[in-house]
Formats: sequence, C-alpha cells, structure tokens
Amino acid sequence: MPVVEFRDVSFEIAGRRILSAINLCVEAGESLVLLGRSGSGKTTALKLTNGMLFPTSGQVLVEGRSTRDWDPIRLKRHIGYVIQETGLFPHFTVAQNVGLVPKLEGWEADRIATRVEELLQNVGLPGAEFGSRYPRQLSGGQRQRVGVARALAAEPSVLLLDEPFGAVDPVTRFDLQEQFLQLRRTFEKTSIFVTHDVREAMRLGTRIALLAGGRVDFLAPPGEFQQATTKEARSFLACL
Amino acid sequence: MRTDLTSEIVRLTGQHLWLVGIAMALAILMGVPLGIVAARRPAASRWLLGFASVVQTIPSLALFGFLIPIPVLGGIGPRSVIIALVMYALLPILRNTYVGIVTVDTAVCESAVAMGMTGSQLLRLVQLPLASRTIIAGIRVAAVTTIGTATIAAAIGGGGLGVFIFRGVASVDTTQILAGAIPAAAMALLADNGFGWLERKLSPV
Repeated sequence: MPVVEFRDVSFEIAGRRILSAINLCVEAGESLVLLGRSGSGKTTALKLTNGMLFPTSGQVLVEGRSTRDWDPIRLKRHIGYVIQETGLFPHFTVAQNVGLVPKLEGWEADRIATRVEELLQNVGLPGAEFGSRYPRQLSGGQRQRVGVARALAAEPSVLLLDEPFGAVDPVTRFDLQEQFLQLRRTFEKTSIFVTHDVREAMRLGTRIALLAGGRVDFLAPPGEFQQATTKEARSFLACL
Repeated sequence: MRTDLTSEIVRLTGQHLWLVGIAMALAILMGVPLGIVAARRPAASRWLLGFASVVQTIPSLALFGFLIPIPVLGGIGPRSVIIALVMYALLPILRNTYVGIVTVDTAVCESAVAMGMTGSQLLRLVQLPLASRTIIAGIRVAAVTTIGTATIAAAIGGGGLGVFIFRGVASVDTTQILAGAIPAAAMALLADNGFGWLERKLSPV
C-alpha cells in the first residue's frame, strides 16, 4: 500500500484551477520530488497531503485512508512538515521546538529528551551546545536543520518538505542536501520534497514528478528524467 | 492640620488606587478576550475596534455626565466612574491584543497549524506568548491614562485624588491642588515604569 496516493486530485480556489486530475503514488521509503516553477501547484500538493487543504474533486489517501476521513489534528501530527522559512517558534528553545509535537502527543519528559537529543545529534547540532539556544541565535542553515529535526520528532510516517533549503547560500545548501540524504538512510523516512531547483531534484529524489500547469508533466527516476523530452522538462534540464 | 492633610492624602490615594485597580482589572478581562475575538474574526474586528475608538473620542467629563442619569449602571458615585474608566482603558488593550496577535509571523502560525496544534493550542502556546509584549504595552498606556482620568471622578462624587484638585481649584489653593496632583503623577510614573519593566522582561523575540 502506498504511503501517500493522489487519485484524480483537482484543486480549485476562487475559480482558479491549481491542480488538474493529479495521480501520484508515494511508496514507503521513497523520496518523491515535486519539481516545477513557482505557481505550478507544488505547495498545494503538500497541503493537500496533510489536510491543510482538501481536494475539490478526487481524493488524497494517506496510509490508504482519505484525508477527509482522518481526524485533522491526528493527520497533521502524523506527518512531518518543513517549510522554507522553517517557522520555528522564536520564543521556544531549539530543544523545545524539536520536542513540541511529542509533547502535544503526551510523551513522557524522559522520552522527549532522549528523542530530541538523538535528532539534534543526527542533524549535527548536539543538544548540549544547541539545545538551549533560541532560533535567533542560529544561522539560516542551522535553523533549517532544526526545522527538519522538529518535523521528524514524533516519528511521522511521511515527511513533507517545501523548498526547505531555498533560502540558504549554495554551500550551506549543498551540506544540507548531503545531510538530508544521510537522514534518509538513518531514518528510512518516506518523503515528498518540493523544489524548483532541478539539481536538487536530481540529487535528492528517488523519483521526480515535474508539475506544469497543474498537471504531472513527467514522472520518472532521476536517470530517466534526464532523457525526458517534454518541453517543460527540457526547459528544466537546460538549467543543469 | 498637617497630619489631617497627610491622612487624607493616604485615604484618597488608596481610593484612587482602588478605582484604577478595579477599572483596569475589568478592562483587561474584557479587552484581551475581545482583542482575541477581533483577531480571529476579521468581520468582528471592524466593529469592536470602531466602537472602542468612538468611545475614546468622547470627552471624559462628558462621558461621566452621560452616565449619571443611566439607571442601575450609572448614577452619582464610584460605579459610574469605574464604567467610564473601563470604557477608556478598553481601546488600547483591545487594539494592542488584536495587533499583537495578527502581526505574529504567518510562517510561525502556519507551521503551528501544520504541526497539528489545535486552535486553542495555537493561541495559548504561540500567538499569546508572541503578542504578550504588545499586549503589556497596551495595558501600560491604559494604566497611565486611567490614573490621570480618574482624577475627574471627583466631579461626580467618585472620590480619589481628584477631590483635592477640585477643592484646590475652587478655593484657589495650590497646596490642595498639589496634594492631589503629585500622588497622581507619582502613581502614573510608577505604573509606566512597572509595566515598562515587564514589557522589556518578556522574551525579546
């Protein structure tokens, strides 16, 4: 059973069609990259996955169950979400940020502390040094790492990342991508990764879904994607 | 004579504090929740902020006057005074609560929702803490103005330090005026500094 499945999903807002009859399957352990220009519906697809939006027609299934049938709060806590500006809580320390969902979920303090330490260790920000800092005391790259750690905290079944490394310099970006690949190996997490950077897509995806005009223009693993012949895919590949 | 004046200063200062304290407590209890409602319901915000702004434009002596003939709520004495003070203190508290909440970074609110916070968790754990400095700033402004406005209470028999001032004005007695004005000014300064300190102490984010 796919972890996430889009069945003929269309989404309209204020009479404007954002997504048209999208069909996608994300299998366990896979890293699907949604590639596309600004406004191609990538972020909408993520928000449809965690129930921040619901399809106008068709359905989005998470672990086989339509997002409409999930309890909205449960669904969101079951899915990790990282946004570009990270949205870290400025009044919480790094440790409190990372431990938030487990806390909301009622984990015991010891278990939260252990989990936070493990995750911070894994994103290269050891708790002893960084745990008690506030987001404003971190660099952009460090904040993104905390964002990823926070999204992983409550052992979500799938991780959604919305251009998480879009706002950092190229060198930091490269490091973050490397770390993301390592994290994927460590936690074997299923993920849907949104980007407009074709290099990033080739590097991080097990499959790439190119969105254009609200449709899936091309869907293939990175190797095949390089041979893509659609006009939109050629435009993206020309950036390589 | 001197001890009489001192004991009267103490008594009227106490009365003044009592008027201001009750009015501020009520204004906070009403203003903060109304500010939250305004922030959550844009349709309500126009009405609430509009109403509070209009009240503020009424000259205070006139507002006290309007309240005298109103049965139950109004009349001569402290009740009318407290109602008028609450109405004046409401706007800065309501407006700052509203502004504090709606100006919380949208990325932060969005990620809170995306993480599965309920509406009340979002409010309690994210919006109110991040708005707290702005809310305190509103309370600070309200407290300082309320202390000043409360001196007019004496005009409708509400007591407080205004008693000295009205008496001093009527009998052209500077000592009496100062006996009312100095403690009132000191109280306002204390409130300003106290809330200012609290404002700075809250997380500088």
